[in-house]
Amino acid sequence: MPQARAGLPAGVIRSGSLLVLLLIWQLVALRVHDPLLPAPTAVLASLFHHLTAGELLHHLGMTLLRVLAAFVIAMTVGVAVGIWMGRSRLANQLLDSLLVLMLNLPALVAAILCFIWIGLNETAAVIAVALNKIPTVITNIREGARALDPQLLQVGEVYRVPRLTVLRRIVLPQLYPYIMASARSGLALIWKIVLVIELLGRSDGIGFQLGTYFQFFDLTSILAYTAAFAAVVFVIEALLLRPLDRRLNGWRS
Amino acid sequence: MSELRVDIRAKRHAGVAVDTLGELRFAAQSGDFIAIVGPSGAGKTTLLKIIAGLDPAFDGSVSAGRGSRVGFVFQEPRLLPWLNVADNLRLVQPDLSDAAIDDGLARVGLAGTARQFPLRLSGGMQRRVALLRAFLIQPELLLLDEPFISLDAPTADSLYDVLAALRADVMPTTLLVTHDLREALALADRVLFVSRSPARLILDHTVPLSGRRRRDDAAVSEAHHQLMSQHPELLGGLAAAGSNPEAVR
Repeated sequence: MPQARAGLPAGVIRSGSLLVLLLIWQLVALRVHDPLLPAPTAVLASLFHHLTAGELLHHLGMTLLRVLAAFVIAMTVGVAVGIWMGRSRLANQLLDSLLVLMLNLPALVAAILCFIWIGLNETAAVIAVALNKIPTVITNIREGARALDPQLLQVGEVYRVPRLTVLRRIVLPQLYPYIMASARSGLALIWKIVLVIELLGRSDGIGFQLGTYFQFFDLTSILAYTAAFAAVVFVIEALLLRPLDRRLNGWRS
Repeated sequence: MSELRVDIRAKRHAGVAVDTLGELRFAAQSGDFIAIVGPSGAGKTTLLKIIAGLDPAFDGSVSAGRGSRVGFVFQEPRLLPWLNVADNLRLVQPDLSDAAIDDGLARVGLAGTARQFPLRLSGGMQRRVALLRAFLIQPELLLLDEPFISLDAPTADSLYDVLAALRADVMPTTLLVTHDLREALALADRVLFVSRSPARLILDHTVPLSGRRRRDDAAVSEAHHQLMSQHPELLGGLAAAGSNPEAVR
């Protein structure tokens, strides 16, 4: 953990760059005075309006649910297949070409195919998003599975530790750094793709709303919605991912 | 298991042109403490893995390993750094109570460390945990792969005491691999000398000492000296390990 500079709490340092960006934005907006560049204060007012009078919470909730479903599916499948491909030469040879293909499949193509083949429904949306994330999780976890310490695996072998315990106590702890990296980059990627898919084939969610406001050139509302989910991302990072990171790395200190 | 019977004709690792092990045949009675001494790289670790049942690809037979309870202590402690000491012990024996763990730790001089993570313990303390771990499964066969290597003399001596105390209860048949002849004479009842790779048995020596002894005891030095003057070819092989492959042939 990098130490905070003397006198400045870590929170101030973390948010410093954001505050500077907001300040510059506010100054430029005041100077240009154009509805196509609303000031942060106007966005904040709009955000408040959408929160209290509008349907922002409903759409945010729908998007969050899709993100959560796609995230859980992508991480579970990705970790399982990643371990398998990392530990078995045969599995790796069988699936490697497929993995390269999936890694390079454009999000838009996956979405269109899912909507056409499965239908314009929730299942298709979530599967389309998960399909985009699974291959990157596999690639990460496979690296970790290849780097497992053979000496520790041998301890499990010598003492005939049951397979499930080996997975839980010996294998997964060595993969946590790779899993955390996948979770972080995964959350970011999934957010972005969920919005595109909502724009394409859903009638609610933040992506759908952004499409609607785009038609009216309502930049203030677009930025208010963007700010709302950016805030959620920060909350997830601060309340979920960072504490989890600390917990999993407690033995190092 | 009343008896350990090892009858290896040859062992060759896949993709290697020469044998790692040659002809190795010996038997041990239940409770025996046998040291296997030979130069580094002679294939002693391979021999232990075969006896433990971890490596079935060899020519010959071993009457132990599979099916019996085998405790294995490695050169390094090999504790899982993300599990505390208690959980490391529970990895091999899941139904241990807190009291049993505290009791075991106290017996190896580590009272109060159950909640510590291994990286906070010294190397000597980690080795005590590794020894205790091997005994918690009530082993019939105990395999020690140079577990006292690179320790200073007082630490090694204290670990010898821990080993003797733990052995007194369970009395597993014990095989200790080492390249330190003094250590072998201090701990074992019998010393098997093996040649450089491919390892063959070249001398089966019964240690003429009894009772607890330390590495630097006069009696151990005397036995060491006598053995060396009777079998000068062994001295050549051990002293020149790595530099003079002809010495033991």
